[in-house]
Amino acid sequence: MLKFFSNFSFNDSFAHGVHPPHHKEATEDLSIQRVPFVSHYIMPLGQHIGIPSVPVVVVGDKLKRGQMIAKSKGFISTALHSPVAGRVKNIGMYRYVDGSFREAIEIESDPYATQQFSGQASDVLNMDINAFIDAVQQSGIVGMGGAAFPSHVKYSIPKEQKITDILVNGAECEPFLTNDHRLMVERPETVLRGCEILRQQLGAARVTIGVEKNKPESIAQLQKFLTDDIPIDIAPLEVKYPQGAEKMLIKSIYNKELPAGKFPRDLGIAVNNIGTIVALADYFDHGMPLIERIVTLAGPGMESPANLIVPIGTPIRDVLDFAGGLKKETREVIMGGPMMGNPIADLDAPILKGTSGILAFTEAETARPVEYPCIRCSRCLDACPYFLNPSRFALLARARLFEDMQEKYHVMDCVECGACTYACPSNIPIVQHIRTAKDALRNIKVDA
Amino acid sequence: MSNNNPNNASGKDPHLLLQSAPLLHQKLTTPAAMKDVWIALLPASCASFWFFGISAVLILLTSIAGAILTEWIFTPTEKRRFALSDTSAGLTGLLLGLTLPAGIPLWMAFLGGMVSIGLGKVIWGGLGSNIFNPALLGRAFLLGTFPIAMTTWVSAGDLSDFFQLHSSNLALPFMQGQLDAMSEATPLGLMKFEQQVTSFGSLFIGNTAGSIGETSGFLIILGGIYLFLRNAINWRIPVAILTTAALFSLILLLVDNQQYPSPLFTLFSGGLLLGTFFMATDPVTSPLTPKGCWIFGIGIGFLVVLIRVYGGLPEGVLYAILLMNAATPLIDRYTQPRIFGRDKQNLKNNNKADK
Repeated sequence: MLKFFSNFSFNDSFAHGVHPPHHKEATEDLSIQRVPFVSHYIMPLGQHIGIPSVPVVVVGDKLKRGQMIAKSKGFISTALHSPVAGRVKNIGMYRYVDGSFREAIEIESDPYATQQFSGQASDVLNMDINAFIDAVQQSGIVGMGGAAFPSHVKYSIPKEQKITDILVNGAECEPFLTNDHRLMVERPETVLRGCEILRQQLGAARVTIGVEKNKPESIAQLQKFLTDDIPIDIAPLEVKYPQGAEKMLIKSIYNKELPAGKFPRDLGIAVNNIGTIVALADYFDHGMPLIERIVTLAGPGMESPANLIVPIGTPIRDVLDFAGGLKKETREVIMGGPMMGNPIADLDAPILKGTSGILAFTEAETARPVEYPCIRCSRCLDACPYFLNPSRFALLARARLFEDMQEKYHVMDCVECGACTYACPSNIPIVQHIRTAKDALRNIKVDA
Repeated sequence: MSNNNPNNASGKDPHLLLQSAPLLHQKLTTPAAMKDVWIALLPASCASFWFFGISAVLILLTSIAGAILTEWIFTPTEKRRFALSDTSAGLTGLLLGLTLPAGIPLWMAFLGGMVSIGLGKVIWGGLGSNIFNPALLGRAFLLGTFPIAMTTWVSAGDLSDFFQLHSSNLALPFMQGQLDAMSEATPLGLMKFEQQVTSFGSLFIGNTAGSIGETSGFLIILGGIYLFLRNAINWRIPVAILTTAALFSLILLLVDNQQYPSPLFTLFSGGLLLGTFFMATDPVTSPLTPKGCWIFGIGIGFLVVLIRVYGGLPEGVLYAILLMNAATPLIDRYTQPRIFGRDKQNLKNNNKADK
């Protein structure tokens, strides 16, 4: 019955989308714990979108916790900092989460160090915008929702444009993940402080924090610390995937459609993740660069789910060991959420700046379901928040008509949220086909 | 995309897979969706047993058998089990059977089932690839090949007992048997050729002449409601068909209330309800896009009334749906939804903007 009525949406939200079970019960009430320091850390130089950082240390250098170890190269790049006090052990090729080898700095931690961090607060509210952007680039802060796009690039607004609204993404629509939720519950004041810093620096009129309604505790905590004189709104959002996608969030909150190929700043909006906002506040109020983040450990294959503060660079295996490890029946470990995350090819790869969760899945989720022919039921069209035609994409991708997919159906507009694949009763790996096609199209572009 | 999952890269955790996201799937599968249609057809099938007795049972069984056997024969050996596991072939046979008259020789029903699957589905490439609704294609074939057998109707509920079999059912292959011994006109035939209106009560309950599964409006609607609630069919199509047919016949009624039937008669007579809920909504042969579904439904509703009123045949559901099936690829092409953040009109300009 409910399924039928879900055809009609009466509330202010983006159209279409799917309703996967949110599975947040296991970790939503677990407070954030700190992972103890381990012996080795691996800091890949290219863990953000853009040009990889350039090391500023050499093998053997002694490091303080939070000391810069790599600087940004060019504008769309950011800095790296040592997550521990220790010594540079090696600069070489290390396995990345996807199984490839990437250049990284290996740090051996000093077992006798106190690991006390000492930094200085800066007078951020009186800083000029260029100094602010520079400081953010120095801090190594990137978008913490998963994409890891250097934040200072977002804050560099061309002169002719003006930011009027700051949108803080606390939707956390991916099932299982609770890292943003716990930040809002445990550090609401820091969240609000970060919002205020950003609002003043960008000269925006208002800040809106969008939170899905399945996190009432987050909403209540934020509201508790909100006073009338702070221009911050909390917007409860319909629980629907992908509510946390940038364009969907803008649609849900401002009822504006971000045109294809445009950025939120073209609408006068700056979108930031909760984690990013907290990192900003920590950097400007305590001088702490981005050297640790909150990671949710969950999933049916996880021995004991948890929300952890993990120093960036900690090998995933060490984090798992601390939390109790994987269950025997675990068949796959994912970085990020179950809808858009990436499978981890090597558990010795490190936690990255963009790692929101480590999820373990068993046979039940990873067994490839029997695939049936497409019966054109149009459930994928009804799921796609971008109003694309996933059914057609799957068909064309199979025929390897990739150029048709772009020219006639705009496959590059797809953000690979996976809603179509979730909704498909024939279990067709639609989004996987789309990824193949997008990859092929990018290669065609490069060749041409 | 490959079926062989590469093993864990370092080799230290060989049991770990690299299956790409999303790892969550909704529970509904295509065979389960087919099951919903079987359940929804149960009331109409039972009505056919009640009104037409053992003949109906045998007709449904033979047409289902013809359909399944054809699917089995024409599917490569290694895919047979898989192709039959979705039960779509049997469903086609059942739908075809429900559109046949009670007195039809069983061999014709069997042949119809074979044609439905053979020419209606397998030849196009199997499930999901056909353009025309297979059951209706089979019926169109029978109607064209055996016009007398297919238009000789038996009145519902005329049986003395359940096991009384129409003699023509058992006609030998390539024979027609004694068909017209108990012939009776359908409500649509009565309307068209004798200006006789059948009461709404009979149409609603189903004790009229007609195809074995189409007579009882009430039980078909019951199945349709079930499909609605299970979200198994695109609601736009039935709504569009029924509204259009009702509105069109209302206009005709207002023009001349002597010659034309009432909207209620239009909706409940003939195969309109069965076709609306179970054949026009076949996802394979109906448009993908929401706007396309509206156009598709409006087209069917309009054509049904047009054929019934102005055509040579008393019934038009079959050809209305087949015609709109043929238009489906075209409808789909011209009703692509506007992509989020793009203008509908400037697809070309948008392309330029990408570069």
